[in-house]
Formats: sequence, structure tokens, C-alpha cells
Amino acid sequence: MLFLQAVRIAWETIRVQKLKSFFTVIGVTIGVTFLIAVVSIVSGMGRYMKDDLIGKLIAVNSFNLRKQPDIQMGDVTEAERRDWRRRPRIQDTDVPAVAAGLPKDVLWATESSDNLNIESQYGSPRRIQSITVSESWFDIKKWGVSKGRLIAPQEYQFGAPVVVIGQDVADHFFPNLDPVGRQVRIQSIPYTVVGVVEKQGSAFGISLDKFLVAPEKSPLNRWVNPHGVIDQMVIQSTDDVGMKEAMEATRAVMRGRHHLHPSQRDDFTLETADSALEFWNKMQSYLVIAGIALPTVGLVVGAIVIMNIMLVAVSERTREIGIRKSLGARRRDILNQFLVESATLATMGAMLGVALGIGFAKLISAVSPLPAAVELWSVIVGVAVGAGVGLIAGVYPASRAALLDPIAAMRQET
Amino acid sequence: MSQNTVEAPLGVTAERMVVTGQHGSAPDPKWVIVTRGIKREYDMGGEIVRALRGVDVAIGRNEYVAIMGPSGSGKSTLMNIIGCLDTPNAGEYWLNGQLVSKMSDDALARVRNKEIGFVFQTFNLLPRATALHNVELPLVYAGISSDERKRRAREALEKVQLADRMDHRPNELSGGQRQRVAIARALVNNPSILLADEPTGNLDSQTSEEIMRVFESLASTGQTVVMVTHEPDIAAHARRVVVLRDGLISTDERRDAFTSRLGL
Repeated sequence: MLFLQAVRIAWETIRVQKLKSFFTVIGVTIGVTFLIAVVSIVSGMGRYMKDDLIGKLIAVNSFNLRKQPDIQMGDVTEAERRDWRRRPRIQDTDVPAVAAGLPKDVLWATESSDNLNIESQYGSPRRIQSITVSESWFDIKKWGVSKGRLIAPQEYQFGAPVVVIGQDVADHFFPNLDPVGRQVRIQSIPYTVVGVVEKQGSAFGISLDKFLVAPEKSPLNRWVNPHGVIDQMVIQSTDDVGMKEAMEATRAVMRGRHHLHPSQRDDFTLETADSALEFWNKMQSYLVIAGIALPTVGLVVGAIVIMNIMLVAVSERTREIGIRKSLGARRRDILNQFLVESATLATMGAMLGVALGIGFAKLISAVSPLPAAVELWSVIVGVAVGAGVGLIAGVYPASRAALLDPIAAMRQET
Repeated sequence: MSQNTVEAPLGVTAERMVVTGQHGSAPDPKWVIVTRGIKREYDMGGEIVRALRGVDVAIGRNEYVAIMGPSGSGKSTLMNIIGCLDTPNAGEYWLNGQLVSKMSDDALARVRNKEIGFVFQTFNLLPRATALHNVELPLVYAGISSDERKRRAREALEKVQLADRMDHRPNELSGGQRQRVAIARALVNNPSILLADEPTGNLDSQTSEEIMRVFESLASTGQTVVMVTHEPDIAAHARRVVVLRDGLISTDERRDAFTSRLGL
């Protein structure tokens, strides 16, 4: 009851002095604004990395058997790079052995790619990422077509010169034309377009629709890889546990084929979305710490400002305190009144900060490719921290108020 | 002069001590205020000021008493002690059967809330609050629910004929109206004593008379009223006048004795 009353008194006081209250809490507001904005942007980037970027490059519950990591973020030492260069490549002959060792219900496909010069009679030549794959590759990617069809099993089997192209490739080489049934030339060999893959969008402003896929046994293969070598084997299980099993099976087969001692490290890479995200996760935790540490400076300054203003408020309202005491307010009533006022003030500042922070995050995601996702926990933390700052900042002024002598307080001129 | 009735003020210290009773023992319940040998000293920058030097006074229920004295006589100090805003250095103060002179700050706050209604010279209303909210304040600290507070505050304002001014802030009210709001606030908790400190000090003589009529009607309905004033014509409204001089009671007499002595 008395608490609600104290909140009401606080609200009245703040309402009467809007501008002063705003300046009082500006430190807290800025602190919370930054907290919300930084956390939103960092977690938005994280979500983006996971769902869009890595998710599109590495399919869910799948891993890539590679000579060396494809997606490299963060510091890779020169020694590591040297080690990677010395590794043996993944051979055609590794594929059946690995496939034989995999548990049931696991999909696998080979994949190799390079940027090749593509020509067509409707558009200027352009370098496009050209991928040669085995069957099941589109199943793993879960890609469908917007036009035409995917590559047929027979075409895989016989290495037919057919391609499935990305939307951007279709737009470039076949402007305002139906690409299906038309041809592109790669290294002067014609390939028939059989389908166009659904639009994949972009990641960090880079289009994911600039590619061309042909069967592994097609003539294209010799331009993307030396004979007998593949870039990677893509292996997909139905769930997380199955993926771990498949990874262990693959590791065992590959270690055997490379004659590795138990003491030797793997000389190949099993790349998962998680391993690609490892560096990002590390960076994200630093960013979150920075996102919390920097606003703390604002909050400390905010606390000092609130304490000062509350001290001024106590001395301005000494007479009011005296009157309240003469009417029966106990020390803790006065203490509560000023604590609640300080906390209410700071909480409102924090709420304003939450609103500004969300706005700021939205603004950044609107004008830049950086996405922003507002995290509920950061909103709760922001408001709670604001209230806490107000409470702490209010302790000293409120206890000064509570200890005032009512006679002296009422005698004060206003 | 009979010594034991409420209407019998006592002029001699020895007689008053008989009436106020033994130190440490609860006084006769007919007294609402009993002080025994109250002393209060202040340290004013190393110089000890002895504001009260042993005051014995007993005030009965339903009495209407004025405390008078020149400035520096200790009447404000006595008023603060009676009002539980201050505690004596020595002596006992019994209010309504409770020994309040040894109470803690919070216990004194409780007593002020329940037992005492203050009326001040400068009104001491909260400037930003409406008349109604000002009157509600003591009930807030008594922990009364909002609806009950509003109801009782309205009643109290009606009693002082301010029902139509409830939603006005103090600066929208005349001096007399402000003082009536203060009286309503003082009475809203049904206190044992109404304590007025120079209640007409900031009012013109016509408004002063108006306020004195309010006090008179309260006294006639049985409210105990203690009023501090330095104006003899205001003190003459009370039925008993206690005069302080240099921290001691110099005279304590009934109104008729007081007025005839002063020729009022």
C-alpha cells in the first residue's frame, strides 16, 4: 500500500518536472540504449550467420569432408596454413570407401567447384562459380527449381552436358528469355540448361544465386578439378546424433586410408555449421561483453547524475519532508519515498532507453546489411539494471532525507 | 481554588507537582498531557541555551489551553516536545497514558500520526497537492486504504466548510481557507490533542477571528486544544492560559483571571 503510494508520489513529482527528469535520467537512457542496440545487432548478426550464411552454405545436420576448412574466420596461423597445404587431397577413390562406412539413412554427395568463364549468345561472358556434383546433392541442399527440372539420374550416370543454374545466372545470360532448353558454353563446350534453382537471396550483400551446377561426370568436371580429385564430400544425416555417428564413421575410414597413427592428428577436415561458427561464437561473446561493458560507463555516470539530482531534490523539499514527518511519516516512509522516486525515475529512463535502443537497432538494420534482432533478455536486463541504478543512486540522498530533523526541516524557507 | 479539577489551573510549582504526580508512575487518566520537570537544552555553537528549565504541567481532556510567553521564553520548545517533534533532555512527558519522552524516532512518528493534529503559523501544506490530498496525508501514514482516506478527508473538509474547495491547490486558496485546510488535516485522524502554533500569526484580524471561532466550536464539542501564541487577545479565546518566562511557568490561570488581569 505504502509502496504504491510512494510510486504515486514519485510519478507526480516526475510529471511536474518533465524536462528536469529527462536530463536526470539521460545517462541511464543512453546506457540502456547502447545495451539494447549492441546486443540486438550482435545477436542479429549471430542469427544471420547461423540461419542465412552458414545455413545456406552448409545444410542442416550435415558436414563436409574436406582437405581443409572452407569457411575461415578469425586468426589462422601461418603454421596451420602450411599444415593444410601439405595435406593430401580428397580422392575419387575415397568416396566409395567413406560411403560404405556410413550408417543407413545418410545422404551423401560429392562436390567440386571453381570459377569458370561462361558464355552465352544473349549475355556478355562472365565468371561464375561452377559446381559439379553427384546425385543426392540437391536433396541435401533441399533446393528445388523455379523453372524446368533438376538433373535426372541418367544424366548423372552418363555425365550428360546439362546444367541447372542460379537465378542471377539466368537473369544475366537469358534476359527476358526462358533459359530452359537454351545453351551456355563453358570452355567452348555447350551445356543445355534444364532448370533454374529457386532464388536463394543474399548473405552480407553477396548474392547466393550466382552459380551453375552440372553432373560430376560431365565434361565440366575436368575444368573444376584435376583428375581423380574432389573438393569435398557432403554428408547429411536426419538428426544431430546421426550426424555425430556419421562423422565418427567417416573419420575412422579416412584415418585408415591415410594410415594415421593414433598419435597423429586428422589430416582432413570435417566441417560442420558449428565448426564454421566457432570463431563467430567466440567473437560474439566478446561483442556481448563489450556491449555490456560500454553501457556500464553510461550507467555509472547516470547513477552519479541521479544521485546529485536526488540530493538537490531532498534539499529543495526539506520543508515537505518536515511536514510529512510532523504528520506521522516514519524514517522508512521518507526513505521509501525517495528510493522509489529515484528508482521510478531511472526505470523510466531505462524504458526510454529500451525504446531508443530498439529504434536504433531497427535503423541500423534498415540502412545497412547488418540485421538486428531485439533480445527479450536484453530488454529485461536493461530495465532491471536501470531500476537498480536508480535504487543504488537513491540510497544516500534518501537516507539523508530520512534522517532530517522535522523541526529544522519545517523551519527551512522555501 | 480547588486543586484537583481540570478547571483549576495551578499557579505554584509545588501545587502543580502534586497534580502531575510521582516520577515514573502513570498519571491520572483524566490528564491527556502531563509533563514532569521537563528540561531542554540546546548547544548553540558551544553555548548552552537552556530553553526549558523544569516545566510541570497537566492538561485535561476537553481543555482549551493557550501557552503564552515572550520570544525566548521556551514556548516553542515546549510546543515541539508536546507535539512529539522533540524530546526533553530530562523529565517525563506522558501523552494519553503513554510515556513518550523516551520513545524512538519511529515510535514518536506513530504518536504524532495517531495522537496529535498540528496547525502551524505558516499552514505547512504541500504546495503541489490539492486540499483533499493534503488532508489525506496523515491517513496515508496511518496505512488507511485509499477509498477510506478520501471519504474521511472529504468529511473533514466539510466540517471546516471547504467541501467546494477540495480540488484546489494551496496557492488557489486564501490564508483563512489554507488554515482551515490545515485544521481539517489536523483533525482527520481524530487526534487526542489539536496543537496550534501561532495559528493566526499570518492572518489578518478578521480571518483570525474566523479561525478562532472554528477553534471555539471544536473546543465546545470536546476536542482538546493547545495553542501557542504571543498575542493576548488570541490567548483570551482559550479557557486557560499558561504563561512561560525564561523556561519556567510563570502563571497558569483561567481565562477570566487572565483577561481581568490584562484588562481585556
